[in-house]
Amino acid sequence: MAPVLELKNITKQFPGVLANDNISLTLEEGEIHALLGENGAGKTTLMNILYGLYQPTRGEIFVRGKKVEIHSPSDAIAAGIGMVHQHFMLIPVFTVTENVMLGAEETRGGGILDRAAAAQKIREISEKYGLAVQPEAYVKNLPVGVQQRVEIIKLLYRQADILIFDEPTAVLTPQEADELVKIMRSLVQQGKSIIFITHKLREVLEVANRITVIRRGRVVGATTPAEADQKKLAEMMVGRQVDLLLEKKTPKVGDPVLKVKDLVVLDHRDHILVDGISFQVHAGEVLGIAGVQGNGQTELVEAITGLNHPVKGTITLLGHNITHATPRQITKLGVGHVPEDRQRDGLVLSFPIHDNIVLNTYFKPPYSKGVVMQAERILAEAEELVKAFDIRTPSAKNSAGSLSGGNQQKVIVAREFSRPTKLLVASQPTRGLDVGSIEYIHARILQKRDEGCAVLLVSPELDEILQLSDRIAVMYRGKIIAIVDAAKTTKEELGLLMAGIAPKTEGKEVSHG
Amino acid sequence: MAESKQPDTQAPAEKEPKKEQGFMRVFLQELTSQSLLIPILAIFTGLVLGAIIIILTSEEVYAGFGKSFGAGLSASWNAVRTAYNALFTSAIGSPSRMIAALQGDDALEIRRTFNPILESLVASTPYIFAGLAVALGFRSGLFNIGVEGQLFIGAIFSAYVGYRFAGLPAFIHLPFALLAGMLGGALWGFIPGWLKAKTGGHEVINTIMMNYIAFRLSEWLLMGPMKRPDSFNPVSPTIADSAKLPSFFEPPIRFHAGFFLALFVAWLVYWFLFKTKWGFELRTVGANRHAARYAGMNITVVTVAAMSLSGALAGLAGANEVLGVNYNLALAFSAGYGFDAIALALLGKSHPLGVVLAALLFGTLRSGALGMQLTAGIPIDIISVLQAFILAFIAAPAIIRTIYRLRKPGTKEEDSLVLSGWGEG
Repeated sequence: MAPVLELKNITKQFPGVLANDNISLTLEEGEIHALLGENGAGKTTLMNILYGLYQPTRGEIFVRGKKVEIHSPSDAIAAGIGMVHQHFMLIPVFTVTENVMLGAEETRGGGILDRAAAAQKIREISEKYGLAVQPEAYVKNLPVGVQQRVEIIKLLYRQADILIFDEPTAVLTPQEADELVKIMRSLVQQGKSIIFITHKLREVLEVANRITVIRRGRVVGATTPAEADQKKLAEMMVGRQVDLLLEKKTPKVGDPVLKVKDLVVLDHRDHILVDGISFQVHAGEVLGIAGVQGNGQTELVEAITGLNHPVKGTITLLGHNITHATPRQITKLGVGHVPEDRQRDGLVLSFPIHDNIVLNTYFKPPYSKGVVMQAERILAEAEELVKAFDIRTPSAKNSAGSLSGGNQQKVIVAREFSRPTKLLVASQPTRGLDVGSIEYIHARILQKRDEGCAVLLVSPELDEILQLSDRIAVMYRGKIIAIVDAAKTTKEELGLLMAGIAPKTEGKEVSHG
Repeated sequence: MAESKQPDTQAPAEKEPKKEQGFMRVFLQELTSQSLLIPILAIFTGLVLGAIIIILTSEEVYAGFGKSFGAGLSASWNAVRTAYNALFTSAIGSPSRMIAALQGDDALEIRRTFNPILESLVASTPYIFAGLAVALGFRSGLFNIGVEGQLFIGAIFSAYVGYRFAGLPAFIHLPFALLAGMLGGALWGFIPGWLKAKTGGHEVINTIMMNYIAFRLSEWLLMGPMKRPDSFNPVSPTIADSAKLPSFFEPPIRFHAGFFLALFVAWLVYWFLFKTKWGFELRTVGANRHAARYAGMNITVVTVAAMSLSGALAGLAGANEVLGVNYNLALAFSAGYGFDAIALALLGKSHPLGVVLAALLFGTLRSGALGMQLTAGIPIDIISVLQAFILAFIAAPAIIRTIYRLRKPGTKEEDSLVLSGWGEG
């Protein structure tokens, strides 16, 4: 029998870039086929071709043995291909039913919406595949994991049987990710076929039937979970040896650098988001802040870096009270900040790399003399950092927006790590990055720690927190519910803490000095 | 053209002789292929559509088609040719007459043949100042619709200084009058800038309101306090000679130093925006407010300063008209420069050199339109229609891309991903 989907010799040439080079791929009925590759390897281009957003330069697509031409997403849907995007395409103020029927409306009497019929269909789908949702619920009130289910239902509602999941776990908590894995299994049991795009090795090994690895636009290998392990996959992806577990020296812990005491931060609607937090970060250690996204981590970082001011409590940096200091003053005191949203806060995408390199130091010598910026000096420095931090770009004059996500992050890391800092605040420093970049940024963070810098690391990724931190503070609903020793804790314990289940035994808290 | 000399004037004593950051070079880098191509194609397409309208509104064409198809075509061709020929000769001058005049000795004839092009430069000058004002606002993320009002206030201030302080030596009086114009415009820009920074009041609304205040204020002043004592018309006294921008030829030729001042100011704005740390702050706030805040820039200060500077440039446009062309303040001295300037800044991609080029185009079209009406009988309004076409194409580049089958810029994966609707992340 012909495979459900077959891509034959797909080549996509962009001006100056060969994004896909003769890629062939088959998807059998009822399998989960993982497409693994670094950011910029060409996975997304390939899927956008399949979804009709791009036209291939060469190559053919066959669905169940029949050649198809896909010119738009509606062609793709007609061919039974559906895509779950990384960023959901939902209208928050509509109900689940309304979102699902949008564009494929169920009507009666010549144009009157039949919500009941649609809701009935949704219930059937949700039962059949184990996708628990309330058709009447408003999307804005649903947790992220459930919103993703709505996206999946949207595809099933349109009778898609080839489902493309594009980095589906990037936005999920560990528990939600486990739930998604179950859903994917149930989908293939019912005869659907799935292409699963990711760069998370653990998930691939857990869920995929077959794995295809893409590097620089080419298929570099195909394997199965039985034959491969994380290390092998990572090496295939990156094309060289990768250290998944970094060697961590014992920390040389010094004096406290940052002291946070009884901090309370409100949002613009006066909701309490940080609720009386106290902790210290010492020179030469990494304090990890774990927690499901949206438990006050963002606001805590904003308060420390001066972007938002607390209503109560104090923040002290090396003896200076910075509770109400401006970002400029805090930067000048020696704080580096890798912001959570690199494209929103960390970079000016339309500016060249060299301007982004001096984004928060442009005003002082040697980058400015008087009011005149020293363009040549800045460019020379930027070219050096591009080399030192392995930023993949033809020149430091290219715009930051032209870089891939990993390289954009490297620009920020180059800026924040290359100047002398006493405290480094890194907020989700590897979000959405590939193995090679993650490895690189992790090594740099540990290097900073070993140089005696205090590091505050905020991340919802438990692996990252466990790997880098010396101590871990878990945030839940604006409070730190425990601070544990990273060497002695387990993932399971942290998972429980992240869900708000406080430790039973007292004396869990550890601190230096 | 004069602005091509600019790179030399700004080659300071840099250690390395590399001219990497030269004026022209940076501009060309910024306006690579497409961003330069689209304005040019837009102008071309505008001219073609203008031709169609000339044909459609010409009596001779209809008469021609009444006789035969061939006659209709030739009448159409004639109508377009006469119109654009007239537009060209009244905007630039007649090349053959220029050559003939240069070969002869008649100084008057030389001046006469070169007057059209000089007149176009005179018409372009206020466009340059006003266009720079809007462009500076755009660069800092502000939409200054109040340029027209700021221009009026600038004109009022410099006119007042021009006639009230007669007796000062020219080297003090003229700069004083120009500065007064800048100050007036800056004041009118400062108010909406301050409102925006402190209260969040949107600058579009507030600058429009400030326009009305400026217009009515100038009317009241010209009816009362600033009215010329011996006149029945609402017009201010004539300014003193010492406040006039020097002109280079005998009176019928109005070409004056304001044009060179405009080029210098354009260079200054370029230098400010792209070479100084203030300009860097301004552009960062304009390009990404969040990143500017993260980088420790003071958005309040930048916003207020940008609006004030934008207003000061607009004030210069007004001062230029009073001190260089009219020598007094009259009710309707501005032909809507402040509003055309918005379009012009878009056309020039908010880059000072682009603004200068766009202003030259607008000034040339405006001054040619008058001649076109006189010699070819084509109504002057056709130029407004033509400008509107050009701007519509600039504002909606997709049309130009479709007509000329241009590729969308930024077909790199990352760029297209944003276009394909990944949400706002």
